[in-house]
Amino acid sequence: MLNFSRPAAGSKRQNIIFALMEGLRQFAASNDTIIAPATAPGVSAIAVIRLSGKDAINKCNDVFTKNILDVKSHTLHFGNIADGERIIDEVLVSVFKAPHSYTAENTIEISCHGSPYIQQEIIKLFLQKGVRMAEPGEFTLRAFYNGKLDLSQAEAVADLIHSTSESEHQMAISQIRGGFSNEIKKLREEIIRFASLIELELDFSEEDVEFADRSDFINLLNKTQAAIQKLIDSFIAGNVFKNGVPVAIVGKPNVGKSTLLNALLNEERAIVSSIAGTTRDTIEDEINIKGIKFRFVDTAGIRETTDEIESIGIEKTFEKIKQASIVLYLLDPSTPQQELDSIRKSFTDKSDSNKRRLIFIFNKTDLSIPFIAKGNDILFISAKEKTGIEKVKDQLISLVNLGQVKVGDIIVSNSRHYDALTRAQQSLDTVLKGIQNKLPTDLVAIDIRSAMFELGSITGQVSTDDLLDSIFRNFCVGK
Amino acid sequence: MDKPFDVVVVGGGHAGCEAAYAAAKMGSRVLLITMNMNTIAQMSCNPAMGGIAKGQIVREIDALGGMSGIVTDETMIQFKMLNRSKGPAMWSPRAQSDRMRFAESWRLKLEQNENVSFWQDMATRVDVKNDKVVGIETQLGMYFHCKSIVLTNGTFLNGIIHIGEKNFGGGRTAEKAAKGITENLVALGFDSGRMKTGTPPRVDGRSLNYSLMEAQPGDENPSKFSFKDTKRLTEQRDCYLTYTNEEVHDILKTGFEKSPMFQGRIQGLGPRYCPSIEDKITRFAQRERHQIFVEPEGWNTVEVYVNGFSTSLPEDVQMKALRKIKGFESAKMFRPGYAIEYDFFSPQQLKNTLETKLIENLYFAGQINGTTGYEEAACQGLMAGINAHLKVSGIKPFVLQRNEAYIGVLIDDLITKGTNEPYRMFTSRAEYRILLRQDNADLRLTRLGHEIGLADDDRLDRVKRKEEEVKKLVSEFHQESISPEDINPIIISKGGSPISQKQKMYSLLQRPELGLADFGFSKTLADLLFLDDKSDILEQSEIQTKYQGYIEKEEEFAKKLLKLDNIKLKENFDYSLLKSISAEAKEKLTKIKPQTLGQASRINGVTPSDISNIMLFLE
Repeated sequence: MLNFSRPAAGSKRQNIIFALMEGLRQFAASNDTIIAPATAPGVSAIAVIRLSGKDAINKCNDVFTKNILDVKSHTLHFGNIADGERIIDEVLVSVFKAPHSYTAENTIEISCHGSPYIQQEIIKLFLQKGVRMAEPGEFTLRAFYNGKLDLSQAEAVADLIHSTSESEHQMAISQIRGGFSNEIKKLREEIIRFASLIELELDFSEEDVEFADRSDFINLLNKTQAAIQKLIDSFIAGNVFKNGVPVAIVGKPNVGKSTLLNALLNEERAIVSSIAGTTRDTIEDEINIKGIKFRFVDTAGIRETTDEIESIGIEKTFEKIKQASIVLYLLDPSTPQQELDSIRKSFTDKSDSNKRRLIFIFNKTDLSIPFIAKGNDILFISAKEKTGIEKVKDQLISLVNLGQVKVGDIIVSNSRHYDALTRAQQSLDTVLKGIQNKLPTDLVAIDIRSAMFELGSITGQVSTDDLLDSIFRNFCVGK
Repeated sequence: MDKPFDVVVVGGGHAGCEAAYAAAKMGSRVLLITMNMNTIAQMSCNPAMGGIAKGQIVREIDALGGMSGIVTDETMIQFKMLNRSKGPAMWSPRAQSDRMRFAESWRLKLEQNENVSFWQDMATRVDVKNDKVVGIETQLGMYFHCKSIVLTNGTFLNGIIHIGEKNFGGGRTAEKAAKGITENLVALGFDSGRMKTGTPPRVDGRSLNYSLMEAQPGDENPSKFSFKDTKRLTEQRDCYLTYTNEEVHDILKTGFEKSPMFQGRIQGLGPRYCPSIEDKITRFAQRERHQIFVEPEGWNTVEVYVNGFSTSLPEDVQMKALRKIKGFESAKMFRPGYAIEYDFFSPQQLKNTLETKLIENLYFAGQINGTTGYEEAACQGLMAGINAHLKVSGIKPFVLQRNEAYIGVLIDDLITKGTNEPYRMFTSRAEYRILLRQDNADLRLTRLGHEIGLADDDRLDRVKRKEEEVKKLVSEFHQESISPEDINPIIISKGGSPISQKQKMYSLLQRPELGLADFGFSKTLADLLFLDDKSDILEQSEIQTKYQGYIEKEEEFAKKLLKLDNIKLKENFDYSLLKSISAEAKEKLTKIKPQTLGQASRINGVTPSDISNIMLFLE
């Protein structure tokens, strides 16, 4: 059974689904031909421009020197794109006929020379012929609408379009290929096995079959939970790939927070002076270290004009720390050991301390030598002289715990899936407790069903027939 | 021309009897056409009613005002509440019946209803005008004008019986098959298919050596099916358990080359949960023995049903193999086991009232819909009879939802998913098992049955009283404080952790290790516990208290389910307009024409994203 309350607006993923849905509504009426560059903007050797829609082939035929009206699908044609007598470019035209294309509509891909001018001229020509500029994601939308992609693939494509780092890209690709589904399929088999053993005990209690004992159940359950946990962990890693690791830079005013930020970002756009609170320019707040994205939290705050120490305040600092999974605690070389210890203690006191990593950074080591503090979590830099910055980067990378997950592994990248997996895991926790407390099996089954329901939202529901099939296949039941 | 009958019921099995009785009771003029008045309510297979999931259905039929529960109570020879050791959702009543008395009791119930007329004959043609029922024709050439027809033909439509290499037309042993209706319906545009089922041999009880078998007695304090004041059993008959062995299996194997199943003479699909003995020893070859339940067929008859030994092997092989079973050494056979093939009509051709989509006022119920089992048939007959009456009276249809009754689950499954093998109910088919218990069938359904004029005032009064008394008792559980001295010894003896200060009885009852019986000292229960007629009040209060959390959880889920089921779909909706749904989904939606979005979501092959696409086009 599916729960079809509309997703609350909020998460990025849900917004994409919503946009798709809303788009569909409008698209249902429109049947026109759209155009857009299919390759990244900028100068390159070759660029691809894509058209999709009922008239894509006709429209291209109008401006192409060869007749492509009667050619076969999936063929390549060499010729010129011309505006009347004026030849714009020598191109290759690929013809894809409906429904055998990405969008399932007639599709043309024009490979032209990579100059932005040529691309612009070609697109302009088609716009004059009544082709419309595609909205962002509209090709995908059409593919989805025409049944070429399922929802999770469409979401993955949306991710791909918006992916900015290499690892994120890899992840989106592997999801489109369905690797994720295979992993879930295995999981589904595990849970069917488990649930059918439970149902066997209920519907076939009168039969002469051997029922699994409790320790078998617990073993099976542990296996299933481990498989789910692996996927959950991969989401956390996946989230890192996609959204970046949130990093907070904290410390007293004028300790050099924006200088460090700039050094990490390797740019000089922020105005940096030795007077606290002089940072005011806005700059990019993400860096990519070895394929992993780090996102700096509240960089505006770092650059806020504040001349009072109180206004930074402990509370505000904690606010910022809450949002981060790594905290760069910047210290003046004169900071006494006592203060260092008390900061460290205040961190470990927090119940969630293990989720957050702390790095102490003594800055301005060009000006004075700090007392000799030692520890794996202590670095010495001069942000101004850009010494020790690489060590900070290395430390950041080493703190990103991706477990066994590597870029390109099959991972959960979708928050809808993550939520479902988490809820399934919670239900299975309840199942485990129920079995341990010797709860009647029909009550235990309630939570197995909610786990199956949650997992079902990812790869299709497990129906009673699936369970009965498994029972009839494996057990001699019936009089 | 005679005044037309309101409802003509074809077939006098469990479905036909319930259909005729319900429609007549609600006020319709009913004609029951049966090929043999002596076999009304014949138990063609095992002499038992109820069982897991099936017992719940009988309780539901009873709660609505149907008769299967009462007839069973009046004619049973043994009662057992199965699954007592499990939670209350699994408690399932089962009765061994006196086969002859069961049939007699049903016939008398029908005869006592003056709205029911009888005609012994074979119905051969449904007469239709403008896609609507107008009459029915019989083999003897009779023609009855009627407003509606309920077809409950069971296994009789072009039935073929197989025993070894022999096969002959027949609807049940020694009864002829029904001809004409299938061809008539196919000509009207219905799709038909073939199914198969089987039954074991019957033997002479006098020839069995029970001392070599294990006695299987009924419950010490037998309960019953009906919520009305039918009597409890004071005396019961035992069943017996014995086993096949490898020698039996070896003999059976000698008959395989003459087996209609293995030689492919039977095409129809049989039920996997009711396999023949030859199937069992082939598919589970590693098993050295299989259970055989020896079931008496009545109080007085010596005929015995050999449950677990369903077979269509040649009768001499059946006999030889039987005699190698412990206790059967000198067994005499009365009738051999056989397999039967018959026509059915895919239930996807039905609406949720069991009315056909093609022909107005034509209803199908029972095995004609591809189901198996007395209880499954009876409840369909009941629902078809009710709806035929309501339809011809111009009253809105009566449909049960999946969260209201197993009957709702069954009909929704049938019309939505169809079935490839004879469909049998299992508790796992119900999403909301905890809500659909046998103990609360009356609380769920009697009001509904009374509203439509089927359940009588006595039933409604009983439900109201039960509700009041349970409410009062549960509120007393909330009030009474239990002291550690009173309850700790019991808790400790059951391995629980003792309490350190007074606690409300209500919260103590929710502990898995405690039950009402442990509170004999409490002032709330002091007198009640020993009153026999209060036992269902006590049971109901205990269940509602102990399982309150689970019940509420499932009610929450059910609410979500209802949301989709409340979104109606147009019958003529053109699914081919939806480009983004799969071809499979399109085809199935077009064929099944789901009545609600909830039903659409349950069709195999229709995915959640298909549903979201349909939703887009609804607004």
